[in-house]
Amino acid sequence: MATLARPAVEQIRSWLDQVPDPEIPVISLVDLGIIRDIRWDDDTLVVTVTPTYSGCPATSVINLEIETALRDHGIDKMRLERQLSPAWTTAWISERGRTRLRDYGIAPPIEGTAHCALGGEDGPTIVCPRCSSEATEMISRFGSTPCKASYRCTACLEPFDYFKCH
Amino acid sequence: MAMTASDAPVPATGTTEPLAEFALRMGDNCLILGHRVSEWCGHAPVLEEDIALANVALDLIGQTRFWLELAGAVEGRDRSADDLAFLRDAGEFRNVLLVEQPNGDFGKTLMRQFLFDAWHKPMLDGLQGSSEPRIAEIAEKAAKEVSYHLERSTDLVVRLGDGSDESHARMQAALDDLWPYAREFFVDDPIDAALADAGAVPPSAAVRAPWDAHVTATLKASTLRLPEGGYVQKGGKRGVHSEHLGYILAEMQFLQRAYPGARW
Repeated sequence: MATLARPAVEQIRSWLDQVPDPEIPVISLVDLGIIRDIRWDDDTLVVTVTPTYSGCPATSVINLEIETALRDHGIDKMRLERQLSPAWTTAWISERGRTRLRDYGIAPPIEGTAHCALGGEDGPTIVCPRCSSEATEMISRFGSTPCKASYRCTACLEPFDYFKCH
Repeated sequence: MAMTASDAPVPATGTTEPLAEFALRMGDNCLILGHRVSEWCGHAPVLEEDIALANVALDLIGQTRFWLELAGAVEGRDRSADDLAFLRDAGEFRNVLLVEQPNGDFGKTLMRQFLFDAWHKPMLDGLQGSSEPRIAEIAEKAAKEVSYHLERSTDLVVRLGDGSDESHARMQAALDDLWPYAREFFVDDPIDAALADAGAVPPSAAVRAPWDAHVTATLKASTLRLPEGGYVQKGGKRGVHSEHLGYILAEMQFLQRAYPGARW
């Protein structure tokens, strides 16, 4: 009987698309590309999640928020599984997610640069999310969260975060 | 000086499975270095470096969880990653001696990080081709993070080595201090050999070559002098540690020892 009450996977995905990332709340978990699979195992919903960075402290909060959101939609039996491979990449961030990051003041990742050095002559050109200038420079490869690097714009002089390629 | 006599007794490990032993070595390297680096939080010379150090520590602690979970799963004694981190004594730790060395000044912390990163990256690159899929997937994840660590530590070793007289002198002193510990990674034992034969880990020569090349080129660019002498301090892989490890564990394990089973 329980199977009759199983919401469709697409429905569940749209619910998870309403769950914000705890550290960058303008994008959803679906936008971030960390929901790798949603499936029913008999009457148990199985959601497969991949971590962004190994030590990201948001990981456990994310799991809790997934669980809370699904319970709010009436799903009682669920299991969250962690998947390490293929490793999360910023290429999985949606177009909508990138736009929202930029609007929020975070320069979105430039794809295809995942393994190139930040900064320096060969580094990617990061566009200032505030004034759109290309005159920017790296302050640090690391930033306020594991997924970001610190940059400054030499045109408008504002410091900003770059969601670094990964 | 560290107690690392080669005839020291080998402490009981509780595990003889080569794969579990290897996962412990990887996890303990990440755990002890991650803990050491986290000691800098709030104390770094500039804000950006404080953030960088905390991020590197966080990555390493995150990677620790994967490796120790694997070790626990393979040994089959129902020990979680937390159990392995917080309830083993010094003789059961399998990290190399380099990572437990005290932070010293910022230069020494960076030099230790550089010597470690220069090994960690090619090691993880090699492990991605492991015949053991659980190793390969952790390595795939960790390698992406470690490439940033290596970029940063290489960059700063060059800038400080080829910097002021003061920074140069401090970096040279750090290198001289740490050099005897830097090559313990490449001292193979039967576990390394068995795993390499099985294709589970890269042969150490395949990691040593890129390590040598990167370290030599970076030190040259840093105007630092490669220390002479081939003496290698060793023992960590079989649980024979320097006196420093016990103090790290005393701080790291205090809560779980005093309040067994306490949860966040």
